[in-house]
Amino acid sequence: MTARLGRRGFLRDFGGGAAVLGAATWLPRTALASSAMGFEEARHLLSRTALGATPLDIVATQRLDYAAAVDGLLARFRPQAATPAPDWVNTGPSFVRQQAKAQTDKAGVEAKPVQVVQKLVQEQGRDLRNWWVEEMIATDQPLVERMTMFWHNHFTSSIQKVRFVPSMYWQNVLFRREALGNFARLLHAVARDPAMLVYLDGVRSVAKQPNENFGRELLELFTLGEGHYTEADIKNAARAFTGWSIDRDTGHFQNHLQLHDDGEKTFLGESGRFNGDDIVNILLRQPRTAELIVEKLWREFVSFTPDPQEVKRLAAIFRTGGYEMKPVLRALLLSPAFRDPANRAVLIKSPVELIVGSVRVLGLPVPEKTQLIRMMGALGQIPFNPPNVKGWPGGESWITTNTLLLRQQFLRRLIEATTVSPMEGSMMAAGGAQNRRIERREQLPVEGRSLRNSASEVRLGPTLENVDADTLRRALLPRLPIDGVDAGDAPGAVVAAAMLDPAYQLK
Amino acid sequence: MNRRDFLLGAGALSLTVMGRGAVAGTDASRKVLILVELKGGNDGLNTVIPYADANYHALRSGIGVARERTLQLDERVGLHQKLEPLMESWKARDFAILQGVGYPLPNRSHFRSIEIWDTASSSNQTLSEGWIARAFEKASLPGVGKGGAGVDAIVTDTNSLPVTGPDLRTIVMQDAENFLRQAAAMKDGRTGDDGNPALRHLLAVRHEVNGAAQGLRDKLHDGPAPATQYPQEFGFGRQLDLATRILMAGVPVVAIKVALGGFDTHANQVATHERLLGVLAQNLAVLRKNLIAANLWNNVVVMTYSEFGRRAKQNASGGTDHGTAAPQFIMGGTVKGGLHGVYPSLTDLQDGDLKHTVDFRNVYSTLAHGCWGVSREFGQRDRQTLGFLA
Repeated sequence: MTARLGRRGFLRDFGGGAAVLGAATWLPRTALASSAMGFEEARHLLSRTALGATPLDIVATQRLDYAAAVDGLLARFRPQAATPAPDWVNTGPSFVRQQAKAQTDKAGVEAKPVQVVQKLVQEQGRDLRNWWVEEMIATDQPLVERMTMFWHNHFTSSIQKVRFVPSMYWQNVLFRREALGNFARLLHAVARDPAMLVYLDGVRSVAKQPNENFGRELLELFTLGEGHYTEADIKNAARAFTGWSIDRDTGHFQNHLQLHDDGEKTFLGESGRFNGDDIVNILLRQPRTAELIVEKLWREFVSFTPDPQEVKRLAAIFRTGGYEMKPVLRALLLSPAFRDPANRAVLIKSPVELIVGSVRVLGLPVPEKTQLIRMMGALGQIPFNPPNVKGWPGGESWITTNTLLLRQQFLRRLIEATTVSPMEGSMMAAGGAQNRRIERREQLPVEGRSLRNSASEVRLGPTLENVDADTLRRALLPRLPIDGVDAGDAPGAVVAAAMLDPAYQLK
Repeated sequence: MNRRDFLLGAGALSLTVMGRGAVAGTDASRKVLILVELKGGNDGLNTVIPYADANYHALRSGIGVARERTLQLDERVGLHQKLEPLMESWKARDFAILQGVGYPLPNRSHFRSIEIWDTASSSNQTLSEGWIARAFEKASLPGVGKGGAGVDAIVTDTNSLPVTGPDLRTIVMQDAENFLRQAAAMKDGRTGDDGNPALRHLLAVRHEVNGAAQGLRDKLHDGPAPATQYPQEFGFGRQLDLATRILMAGVPVVAIKVALGGFDTHANQVATHERLLGVLAQNLAVLRKNLIAANLWNNVVVMTYSEFGRRAKQNASGGTDHGTAAPQFIMGGTVKGGLHGVYPSLTDLQDGDLKHTVDFRNVYSTLAHGCWGVSREFGQRDRQTLGFLA
């Protein structure tokens, strides 16, 4: 550590000592001032828990005591989205069938029901993504969005396979409800979640021929992880979940008892006439389950390499606390590893974080989300369409030769766009042949004030105006710039240089 | 001539001989391997069909391919009808089918099994480098890993693991034009990473982009277009189009990887699987046609692979669950066409799955030698050179 003891190291040591002093009541003024965490730590905390923290957010947080700030983050939890849901979310599969039939009748033999359904799935999928991205941009509780995404990436389901889009909305509602809620409750709910039942073929799993897809991923990806169970455990878990299905008309969960295998099963060394809930309860008693979730939280919030000792400690807190999310997240954010300056700027922003965060930090009005979502796709992360059941691998895999170029392209477009007028649809586009035409059009000079060219005259949005150059740079970058180009002190140019610096890809 | 000169001369001579012979080192004898990943676990039993085996029809009573819908290759097995576009290659005998390829202690997880295939590890071993990168480890072949076009392998899908490793410079790109334009706008420079692995990765990727762009720009600029258009404008066809252009431009890569997804057919698989086989066959047939027209067919070897085959018995959903061994297709002007190896038995199953008859690492060893002249084994128990390359 001594080699790193620069300004950051000094601040940290000072803060640690001051916290002890702060406990003494005879120096209230000093206590208040010295327990403040400071700019660097506030930026770090927000870069991991918010989406695109503005200089004002960081300045407001730096005055707080660190633990109090963490408690404040966790206390803010509204388990519903503020953005109104698309109007079709309460329709069932029978509605889709009616629509298909009505369209087919109207169009005669021309339209095939398959195409009608295909079109409906596409439209609803677009609505749903717009809805979530809108919520992510507008939210006042970004940690809830991050955790909703965390569960989406853990308990993956994809519109591409599920097809019945309302169920994907309700799955998101579930993830949101348990974002800072309870993992045990979530795991039980996921096992009977209609989108999951379709995604991993539970709807087709019957006593006569159990489908192993859900059972396998439940053990491999959702709870224990590879190497902690046998093929026989998978087969028996699959038998226990037989009969869990959905209602053909409403799309709600339905337990078909006559299709359930009620026989004796042996699962992870226990035997009984288990049903799905019994399997979930057995899994929740395994220490590995808590460890797997904590390892994943570690990679999400702390660093690429979980510390096995710390994972065990945090997993114990998680399990003994009945899988409540707030205590484990609190312990994680207060852990020495999270607060270690060596762990700052060691994670790579996901496409959603990069895109939503940049839009939020620049305060860009984006009435039309489609282009943002297309860019998320080009960078490898379309919400509601994870690549497979393992989810987005994340970490270093976010950055390939292809995506690094596209990230820079996206950021250049944001910078070339004026920061005060709404972004037009054509301003951004994904890579790939299908967008070549759009891209050509975008080669044309963009009208408006480029952050780079208009330098000092440019009026930054309300999120960044009246902030000095040094604060802008320190707020936007989690570490010193890599390219170290002196952009001068013109705010527009400072913002542009910071966003195009490789350090901006880190958090 | 003193003794020292004589020895030097002999050394030079033996090097020359090796270069032209067994250990090929020249660009002319090196071949480009085109990897075609079939993502999700292709159902081998419905691809190369043991149509004459009554057990097949019993195991696959709902989704089995009828005898009259198979293209019979011999008196026992046939190709699915949708693979008809590949029959020209079969008749020209530059299309080899390797039967029953797999590995001991098969893993049925998508992620773990493709990792095993991509890194050529054994089932209980985790490796982080791809098998092609491992093949070039310390091989120091002319141009590979340095110089040349600044790029050794190009991946047109998103999984680059087979060509990931310190000895290969790998570029992942979906669109050459866009790649070059964007690379031009990004600077290179500082490489200090302060021991931060995320930053190290970021800067290494940036450096790779710049190096590759430099090499590709001249070669691809005004490069020739394929003679025949691919049937798909997007997806698989577009990937093969890019692969063809790279080959025609003479970019000296050792491998190009493409992928076709959607093979995880747990339910109602017949229509999906047929469509995928059709897309595969039509596009591979056009690839062959284009490379023959460009006089490059002798310089490439195409290999399909998938993380696993599927369970012998169909499930109750009209689909198949994760299985084990499956066939691989190998194509190219120097390939010895025909059926290779032994079709796994349908009566001698292990936990309902086929027992592999060929270890995939022997396929890799054969390819590493046949394509690049490097001798590598990957820890397989019974190392063999398979006879599918001339």
